[in-house]
Amino acid sequence: MMQIPCIYCGPRDESEFVCAGASHIARPGLDASDQAWGEYLFFRDNPKGLLLERWRHVYGCGVWFNIARDTVTHEISSVYAMAEPPPQ
Amino acid sequence: MSVPRAAAAARLKPGLRPGSSKMHNNLANENFPRGSRLPVLRNYSAWGLLRGAFSGHRHWSPAWRDATPKSRYDVLIVGGGGHGLATAYYLARNHGISEVAVVERGWIGGGNTGRNTTIVRSNYLYPESARLYDFSLKLYEGLSRELNFNIMLSQRGLIVLAHSRHDLDAMARWANAMRMNGVSADLLTVPQIAELAPALDLSPAARLPVLGGFHQRRAGCARHDAVAWGYARAAAALGVDIIQNCEVEDFLREEARIVGVKTSRGLIRADRVGIAAAGHSSVLAGLAGFRLPVTSYALQAMVSEPIKPVLDTVILSPGTGAYVSQSDKGEIVIGAMLDLFASYAQRGSFAVKQSILAATLALFPSFSRLRLLRQWAGIVDVVHDSSPIIGATPLPNLYINCGWGTGGFKAIPAGGWTFAHVLATGQNHPLAEPFQLERFISGRLIDEAAASGIAH
Repeated sequence: MMQIPCIYCGPRDESEFVCAGASHIARPGLDASDQAWGEYLFFRDNPKGLLLERWRHVYGCGVWFNIARDTVTHEISSVYAMAEPPPQ
Repeated sequence: MSVPRAAAAARLKPGLRPGSSKMHNNLANENFPRGSRLPVLRNYSAWGLLRGAFSGHRHWSPAWRDATPKSRYDVLIVGGGGHGLATAYYLARNHGISEVAVVERGWIGGGNTGRNTTIVRSNYLYPESARLYDFSLKLYEGLSRELNFNIMLSQRGLIVLAHSRHDLDAMARWANAMRMNGVSADLLTVPQIAELAPALDLSPAARLPVLGGFHQRRAGCARHDAVAWGYARAAAALGVDIIQNCEVEDFLREEARIVGVKTSRGLIRADRVGIAAAGHSSVLAGLAGFRLPVTSYALQAMVSEPIKPVLDTVILSPGTGAYVSQSDKGEIVIGAMLDLFASYAQRGSFAVKQSILAATLALFPSFSRLRLLRQWAGIVDVVHDSSPIIGATPLPNLYINCGWGTGGFKAIPAGGWTFAHVLATGQNHPLAEPFQLERFISGRLIDEAAASGIAH
């Protein structure tokens, strides 16, 4: 089972968490075109490799946080808070 | 309601009805002038099998030709799974285009075509989906004869279980919607379910009490690699080049147009290029320079050791995500729900495996002593509305067939048929018209997430 490092509780089993998909997707303004709005809602990079994504420790402390994870190896290379910028 | 063979046959060209043993000869007459290159296809038959028995079965030859790439094709298809191979076959058969290549990174049928639970069904909710998936099931019903290859279609029925009052209401709506769409479905009482699947724990004290369900009798399963090989053989016989171990590394462009692909086996030019790469659709779209509304997830399945016949139908419990049948070899085949985080690793998470096995054992307590023989995962291309994308991309001459998510196997014939249509004519097939990429901008989604019955 994958171990997810919660920023507050430390490593816990994957079954305590939910994944909420890619991080850092900026919501466009209300005057956005249909194209921009559709892309914001549905279109994703879906990389084979490094992905920045949001997880929530839903059956634990409840905190939201970001991780950088490889979608092929599932290796987690960094963990950072919601408001932090992505790692370089 | 169902007149499957007749209806499927009515859509075919005259003289090309499935079941005609002279089909391939007819094709030769219709699509190829006399003297043109047409490989000889030896029809499989019971007589041929018997004759072979007297000569030590030394007469078998390869079912299809493993081709080396030519420098140019009319149509090139990226992805040698069921959808890619079916597309190639229908391009040749329905549209007379035989300068077709299927390029496959690994071996044909080795991706999701070889990693599913082999269930075919058409129990969808919305008219657009019902039309598409039922057309697919109708093509499956005639496919063994059409391809002269036994795909071992077994219409053993699919029972969807209701575990609560709310499930019962939802299933009444679901079955009614299917009937409204011309797809037969029947609601079942608990005693009827007990008769169809006696191994289920239907006692009131069961951990997952069953209150009823519904039945699609025409659903069932088919032999997955026979579908890939049957299409490959029939396509190769019509002149299609099937090229394995050939990875697409980039697309060739002239201005904005796509004019071919750069592969690990050299440059191949093509007038039109079609992507049928399931979980790797986003990777290929990325090479071409556009994004898709797709997220790739691992969907896992597993089989037990083979046992004597105990379950002669397919059981789906949407409430728990368990999807259980017994293969012709005797293995209990268990399909799981998605691992709900993005993944390109063809292996499943242990957490999901554990929960799906717990649910399966709650439904079938007698399976508790079986040993698990194999488990695997396929990478599926899930879109927001759980409906496919079959049509144009933002780039001229580049087309895509993706978004089937957890339900690609059952859709292979219809996916191939409609994708071949757009690749051959540049116009969407009427069945595929609602399933365009553009719907994610217009908002005209076909939200089958609930109707497909699998938790996404």
